[in-house]
Amino acid sequence: METLVTALICFPFLWAILPAVIHNSKRRAFTVYLGCAIVMVLSVFTAIQWYLAGGQTLDFRLPYQQVFGEIFLWGDIFLMCFITYLAYKHHRLIIAFLSIISTVVPTILEKFGPKLGIVPTMRFDWLTFIMVLIIGVVGSLIGIYAVGYMHGFHIHHHKEVTDRRSFFLSMIFVFFGAMFGLVTSANLLGLYFFWEITSVTSFLLIGYTRTDEAINNSFKALWMNLLGGCGLAVAISVGIVCFHTANLYDLIYAGQTSGKAGDMLCLLPIAMLAFAALTKSAQFPFSGWLLGAMVAPTPSSALLHSATMVKAGVYMLIRLSPAMADNYVGNMVALIGGFTFVAASCFAITVSDGKKVLAYSTISNLGLIVACTGCGYEETIWAAVFLVIFHAVSKSMLFQCVGAIETTIGSRDVEEMQGLMSIFPKLAFILMVGIAGMFLAPFGMLISKWAALKAFIDTSSVYVSTLMVLFICFGSATTMFYWTKWMSKILGASKREKSRDLTKKNEYISMFFHAFMMIALILGFPWLSEHVLKPLSNDMFGIVKQVISYENMIIMIVLLCGVFVIPFVNYLMTKNQKGKQVITYMGGANAGDNFNFVSATGDPKEMEISNFYMEELMGEKKLFTPAILISSFILIVYLIIVVGGALQRWFRLELFWQSST
Amino acid sequence: MVQTRIILAILYIVLSPFVIGLLDGFDRKISARMQGRKGPSVFQPFYDIKKLFEKEFLTANKMQLFLIRSYLCFIVLSGIIFFAGFDLLLVIFSLSTAAMFLILASTATHSPFASQGTSRELVQIMACEPMELLVAVGFYLATSTFTVSDIVAGSSVANIRYLPGFFVGFVFILTIKFRKSPFDISTSHHAHQEVIKGVTSEMVGKEYALVTIAEWYENAILLGIVGLFFVSNNPLTFIGAVIAILAVWFLEILIDNTSARVKWQLMLKLAWGVTIVAAGMNLFLLEIIRG
Repeated sequence: METLVTALICFPFLWAILPAVIHNSKRRAFTVYLGCAIVMVLSVFTAIQWYLAGGQTLDFRLPYQQVFGEIFLWGDIFLMCFITYLAYKHHRLIIAFLSIISTVVPTILEKFGPKLGIVPTMRFDWLTFIMVLIIGVVGSLIGIYAVGYMHGFHIHHHKEVTDRRSFFLSMIFVFFGAMFGLVTSANLLGLYFFWEITSVTSFLLIGYTRTDEAINNSFKALWMNLLGGCGLAVAISVGIVCFHTANLYDLIYAGQTSGKAGDMLCLLPIAMLAFAALTKSAQFPFSGWLLGAMVAPTPSSALLHSATMVKAGVYMLIRLSPAMADNYVGNMVALIGGFTFVAASCFAITVSDGKKVLAYSTISNLGLIVACTGCGYEETIWAAVFLVIFHAVSKSMLFQCVGAIETTIGSRDVEEMQGLMSIFPKLAFILMVGIAGMFLAPFGMLISKWAALKAFIDTSSVYVSTLMVLFICFGSATTMFYWTKWMSKILGASKREKSRDLTKKNEYISMFFHAFMMIALILGFPWLSEHVLKPLSNDMFGIVKQVISYENMIIMIVLLCGVFVIPFVNYLMTKNQKGKQVITYMGGANAGDNFNFVSATGDPKEMEISNFYMEELMGEKKLFTPAILISSFILIVYLIIVVGGALQRWFRLELFWQSST
Repeated sequence: MVQTRIILAILYIVLSPFVIGLLDGFDRKISARMQGRKGPSVFQPFYDIKKLFEKEFLTANKMQLFLIRSYLCFIVLSGIIFFAGFDLLLVIFSLSTAAMFLILASTATHSPFASQGTSRELVQIMACEPMELLVAVGFYLATSTFTVSDIVAGSSVANIRYLPGFFVGFVFILTIKFRKSPFDISTSHHAHQEVIKGVTSEMVGKEYALVTIAEWYENAILLGIVGLFFVSNNPLTFIGAVIAILAVWFLEILIDNTSARVKWQLMLKLAWGVTIVAAGMNLFLLEIIRG
């Protein structure tokens, strides 16, 4: 197992060299396919191996741990120098400052601080199992998609952009490696190293096209994530100085046991880790970077949004959640998450750029996951993990699909997708499955909303409970609005001529594989709940609880089959229905078909039909700044409470020591 | 117990079109009397349905028919979940899935009036959904379960005692749900308005008949939820529930006949405002009481 995990982490890093040095397009494509296939097989193999071994939590040290420790240390320093250089080059010194602070302090403490005992540095458990599968399978599919997409991107569409595909593809592998490392590390110093790699890699991917906008947005992503890194650094420092440990699980255990009694000192590292995770998972007020990330080519958006980057944040929060039940940190995380869920879904209503809708929906959905983790009950963790799985698959599929649609019809605006079903049925089908996976009744969202609502009603803090229930109720209404609106656009009648589908074969392979996975996940959801989620909750909380009753499970399965079966049966029954084809009603002004009307001048004029966007009611311009302010306020108030409480406790301990000596 | 639940579900499937259709007939009669007209026979809704089914099948897009049938099936399914006493939250999720089919059916035609109606219908759904979900939350707070049969069996007094705010909020959105004035913005009652017949503009003959029947089934569920506020494990309370349902139904007719149509922006603000104030306050209070 140790060897397998080591291989899983090291292999992508090493393989990343290959696409970087091979410049022949065909050969490079081949290495990328091979690399992705190996990553996928390796991750699935590792996961299955572990599953078959009985699914016991494994704590271990890496082989050659000392060497790895040195690599992490020098890696951190290298990253710091790299960031400082870039910051200096682009005159953004604040970024250099953040990076130096967050690297130097833990490094000094590690070298010269109290000696830490020899403890396991890695852990493989049920959550790791799920994350490894998501990263390995969804991530590699995005890698495969990227080859075809980037080819089209440079050859057909964006000839002005310098072709740096080698760099792009190798960065994707670096990302895999960092993510595998992140989800298996138990030692915070190692985790910090991988955390920083994902920040820097995402920065490089966002800035890929090197336009002014891309550079600005990439720096935005960098500073926000580095700020999160600072939170991590503080957590490490507090851990080393106050608790003499840099092990994530020791800190969580401390938070879990004495955090309940209101010991703020134990909650401080948890709060800081949670803060870091909030930046990474792009919650308000840090949502800006994920929206900015849209300038990058589609595969990198898909990568950032689905299997990697943002999932690192929620992974961390799910880990922390036992230590967040019913305390200040948990309340902070829940409120931020709930608020983000509502706010982002309102913004998603007001934008028409397909990728932007997806971006906001990612943020909003992550908000729900974050809110679930902040609650810290078995039910909500159950819901959160389900959401993570469903979200990873359907979001990756949606991004790829929108990317393919953009290539084919030349626009990614939702309004331009009018009647996609009749011109590009394959793309439309994938889009529909993806959207259905995101919000439709029996899929992920329903199950999770059901569990989340129930858990929030039972949360002990009265005002958090009330607010969260309201957030979820309103958020689910707004979520419904923007997805249904999009779906109805796809199904509408089309005035576009049929044209050639420019989607590459490998893009389709990836997308159909996703669609297949989605359906398999839905059908396999009771199994998943029984054999993966139950042991997970047992690991984290020590109790096995049937979250959703047998009866409800049956109803959900009925509903789920209903969504496919009812329309299908009805379709078959009405297929041969004889009926007279008529044109639509336009007050008698039709110009012969459904698309044109006779205008005031007597000439036929094309009729445009558009959805509601409600910009004046809840537009970005109007509400984005208030949303940032409100969420910052929540964050700052809670952090002050925790930090203040911790300081107070610390001084008291100091006094105690002084008086006792 | 199981038998009662099965019987109730069957009664729902068989009876609700007749009962709600009849209520619809009385609605027209009473409205006509309020306006100083004599009004049609109380069986007029059934004659209308019969006539609609006999009409020649005209369609602007053949996809519409199967989507509308799916809409009907999903509404009936939600009703079965409700009346057979399963989970209240799932009833609401299932209802919103059903609504999606209506929306897809309506936009499939590329008609200006239907599209306009659909967008407004979406706003209406968005305006109502928080309140519907909150009703389920309210029952959970009062009885610690989402399951309808347990709500009835487990409450010794009618839950309206704990949930007055939720009830007010729910009655408010019922006006939107029944598509009555002042919120009949997605399918206007009066075909001379600027949206013609909104969502149903392009639905002709049996398509329109199916939509009407689906609405009857849906109204049966909504009135059933109104009744749920008033029942307890004492069977006598069912009589009280019926009276309450009739009172609410009459109130809706009264509102319908005394108000003019508002814009959708106002509707959204009003519905959300009432939801937050009435249901939100009630929610907060209950949470405090529960501790």
